[in-house]
Amino acid sequence: MPVRFIENRILLFLAELQKFAALAVKALRRIFSPPFYGREFFRQLDKIGVGSLFIVCLTGLFTGMVMALQALIQLRPFGATSYVGGMVAVTMIKELGPVLSSLMVAGRVGSAITAELGTMVVTEQIDAMRVEGTDVVKRLVASRLKAMLVAMPLLAIVTDTVAISGGYIIASGYHISPLMYWKSLPQFMRFQDLIEAVAKPTFFGFLIAMIACHVGLGVSGGSEGVGTAVKRTVVLASVFILISDFFITKIFIVFR
Amino acid sequence: MADGCGIRMERVCYSVGGRSILRDFDLSLDPGVNRTILGVSGVGKTTILKLLLGLLKPDSGRIIIEEEDIATLSEGGLALARKHISIVFQGGALFDSMTVGENVGYRMLEEGHLAEQEIDAIVREKLGFVGLEKAINLYPAELSGGMKKRVAIARALAADPEYIFFDEPTTGLDPIGVYNIQQLMLRLQGEGKTTLMVTHDMHTAFAVSDRFSFIHEAQLVFEGTKSELKESSIPAIREFFAPGKESLFRYVESEESA
Repeated sequence: MPVRFIENRILLFLAELQKFAALAVKALRRIFSPPFYGREFFRQLDKIGVGSLFIVCLTGLFTGMVMALQALIQLRPFGATSYVGGMVAVTMIKELGPVLSSLMVAGRVGSAITAELGTMVVTEQIDAMRVEGTDVVKRLVASRLKAMLVAMPLLAIVTDTVAISGGYIIASGYHISPLMYWKSLPQFMRFQDLIEAVAKPTFFGFLIAMIACHVGLGVSGGSEGVGTAVKRTVVLASVFILISDFFITKIFIVFR
Repeated sequence: MADGCGIRMERVCYSVGGRSILRDFDLSLDPGVNRTILGVSGVGKTTILKLLLGLLKPDSGRIIIEEEDIATLSEGGLALARKHISIVFQGGALFDSMTVGENVGYRMLEEGHLAEQEIDAIVREKLGFVGLEKAINLYPAELSGGMKKRVAIARALAADPEYIFFDEPTTGLDPIGVYNIQQLMLRLQGEGKTTLMVTHDMHTAFAVSDRFSFIHEAQLVFEGTKSELKESSIPAIREFFAPGKESLFRYVESEESA
């Protein structure tokens, strides 16, 4: 019995993965073919990008400040407090900036996308769109994916910038001059780190948009189904962001 | 439509999770013949509409529109087949993020063949038909249930289809709302549209339909006129018209087993 149960779970997972992959391929293809739904794209860009600015700034500010605080306490016995800027920057730009901003967007935007699409499924709006001749993947999925691919790296850059500035606010309280703080940044950073800083959130954005759309379009069971789907999106997106972060980091280390 | 038999379902089987919804189901929609499909809740009436629109794929059997089996068509092919048909969904299924005008003009805006002024004129004409010209800039959330259904009818009309399907069009409406919908359906028929309705509302069904189909236990058990339906001796139909205490218990049990 347990073997049968495990077998069924694996088959279900593979079937889900196949559907997810098929939707992702369709959406990626449709990004580059007309009609481009410009109005819908900018609406989504506003919702995802501008709408998430406050929360990612807040995340960046306090993470940068706490990072600086911790680093200063650790570096002080060695007389190396002048390196605090570099330490905050490298940690934020390579890891915490992309991951934390993506987790925030997964919670805020991923859940909203799933709820919106799920409600459209439950109220038959998706069926109505198909009857009206609309390519649902192009209109609803590709436009959200496109907006996410543009917004997510920009949000991560904003998070990094705010975090480094937050780190400076704390460092200045410990008599570290602006010049010393900012000069330590290039000592810790390489050009490849900047590529990593953009590549990671772009991929995380892809994951958030696709998971949110896949789960949203698969909703069944009325309003309770929508609630369950929203929870599923946040959990899946967060877990896959953390798992894929490890593998992307590994790839960048290999090609260093 | 060719040989007066534009849309057909032939020996269609459809099941969900091992439960048979339709079994060897046949249905023929002839232009000009307005039909109502009757049956108890959960029997698969809405499923029939979704199969006819290609929104669901049958397990087996053929669904023919314009001599083409739509079960084998891609989404692009289905879009062409669906040009003959529009549907008014049970809750209206209006797009929340769009105004009434944008909802009605949706297909034309998507196709992009017409200039904005032309689309606007058509939208106003269709909204005029359902008596809602003044609601053009409102959002669906600002409309009553009856108004939503009238906007949905205007949207269905905008595509200028030959067939219009109605899924429980009078459910949840007050008597005036029901009367409005009935009158609109009769006007549509007067303009040459063929209607197919699924409903429990016998009063509306008898007011707007020429022929009736009755589904029971996944199969079509009756097909005929109003008088034939009323005189039918089929137990499921007799029970549908005059349910008793035993019917209620049986119905609850069948719902639970489903």
